[in-house]
Amino acid sequence: MTSVTDTLRFRHVVFRNYRVWRKLLAASLVGNLVDPLFWLVGLGFGLGSLLPTVSGLPYLEFLGSGMICYGVMYSASFEALWSAFARLKQQRTWEGILHAPMTVTDIVVGEWVWAALKGTLSGVAIFIVMAALGLVRSPSALWAFPLMLLTGLAFSGIALVVTAVAKTYDHFVYYFTLFITPMVLVSGVFFPTAQVPPAVQVIAQLLPLSHATQLMRAIVLGQPLAGAAGHLFALAAIAAVGVTVARALVARRLR
Amino acid sequence: MLTVRELHKKFGALEVVRGVSFHVDAGECYGLLGPNGAGKTTTLRCCLGLTAPDAGEITLDSLPVPARAREARARIGVVPQFDNLDPDFTVRENLEMFGRYFGLPRAAVAARVPWLLDYAGLTDKADAPIEALSGGMKRRLTIARALVNDPRVLFLDEPTTGLDPQARHLVWQRLKRLLGEGRTIILTTHFMDEAQRLCDRVAIMDRGAFIAEAPPHVLIDREIEPAVIEVYGDRVGAWFEAHAKRLAERAELTGETAFCYCRDPEPLLATLAAEPELRVLRRSANLEDVFLKLTGRDLRD
Repeated sequence: MTSVTDTLRFRHVVFRNYRVWRKLLAASLVGNLVDPLFWLVGLGFGLGSLLPTVSGLPYLEFLGSGMICYGVMYSASFEALWSAFARLKQQRTWEGILHAPMTVTDIVVGEWVWAALKGTLSGVAIFIVMAALGLVRSPSALWAFPLMLLTGLAFSGIALVVTAVAKTYDHFVYYFTLFITPMVLVSGVFFPTAQVPPAVQVIAQLLPLSHATQLMRAIVLGQPLAGAAGHLFALAAIAAVGVTVARALVARRLR
Repeated sequence: MLTVRELHKKFGALEVVRGVSFHVDAGECYGLLGPNGAGKTTTLRCCLGLTAPDAGEITLDSLPVPARAREARARIGVVPQFDNLDPDFTVRENLEMFGRYFGLPRAAVAARVPWLLDYAGLTDKADAPIEALSGGMKRRLTIARALVNDPRVLFLDEPTTGLDPQARHLVWQRLKRLLGEGRTIILTTHFMDEAQRLCDRVAIMDRGAFIAEAPPHVLIDREIEPAVIEVYGDRVGAWFEAHAKRLAERAELTGETAFCYCRDPEPLLATLAAEPELRVLRRSANLEDVFLKLTGRDLRD
């Protein structure tokens, strides 16, 4: 009995963040939900009206699945970078939690799950807009929700590693500029990966966002996808390695 | 309640704690004194299982640390050196949230919060944000937060550093109340008056090792002459050379102040009658004199 509640201790950290989020609901919704929606609607209608079909789809339909993944990634990363770092460094929140019968594992897992949930929320909002626009037709599209959570766990895992080694907030700008932005451009969010040079395509295939967009597009459209299991495994592996490494690094930093 | 045996801790090449052993009984107030960098905070963090020692044995409330540190922390309270109250929450929410981290039932925490607010003298500020509190209020709230689980032992790392005299006295009064309730307190400080006022026993720590351990009055009786004559003035140097070295058991000259430690101060005071331009303070020896004798007057930054 004790062991179950013990392994679920991370829920206190999730609850802490949820309680703060509830207070700052308006600002949080604008930052994490409205931003990707503007991209979806702006690019989807604006650019979409100029384009023929993309990968056999109307552009808005192509873009929608990509934007879900983009929204999940963006929200989860932002939370696990800037917000988590504030709790680690400026606010000493994690240090305070460690004075209670909590461990570094409880804290890092709690932050990891929380950031993934925030990412999922962004994805859900975009999904709802897509459904309202009549872009969701297949029942298999409901699998998009667990995939959002997995995508969130992968990106919050990587981001927590960066947070664990960061000295200042400036590090996160490097992470976004040198990793997130190029990844977004080659991972099939805005245009198919087939458009980039073959050498870049090889690298793109390995990037977490690429696994997520390919799976998401197949799920939302209800089409079979060759190699789906491999993509799922890759996301799960990135998530697991990320949180494990982050835990070790945070433990060393707070010792 | 707490037993530490042959504790060692290195950070890189620096040996911060070098073979520290001590024991604290239930209901006792035990003080770790020492200059900055003496290893007080590291010793405390090892006892809490927040820093893993390189060698040594720690038993806290019958539990081995760090092996079962998490369980041990469920029964104790911790007041850190730097405030780490949660700025995203109000005073009341800080207490409620901390109860959650202990896994306490929500109703039990809700029932305890009014008592904690009253203890901290913050009942009127229950719904204020943390940033609206003064340094003394934050410190009292941090102590109240550490009591959310009704602990038998409380660890405090420099509980009154950075507070004004009024706030310090209020914190001392609150800590005495806890001792009166039979709780055990282990604190670090570099304020000797604080240690003398609160602690049943103190250990003086320097460069990672204990150099003395006893009740404060025993240390004063044992380590130092009972009378202290402080002499100030421009021409204190000449007087010091002529008389202090000869008539005091121990004498030190730092800048324009002479500190003379004597068993019988009368002969020394007689020589000062002829020096009207020197100002003289006669007092009893205190823990600070012992501390300075044992750790020296050099700065430790």
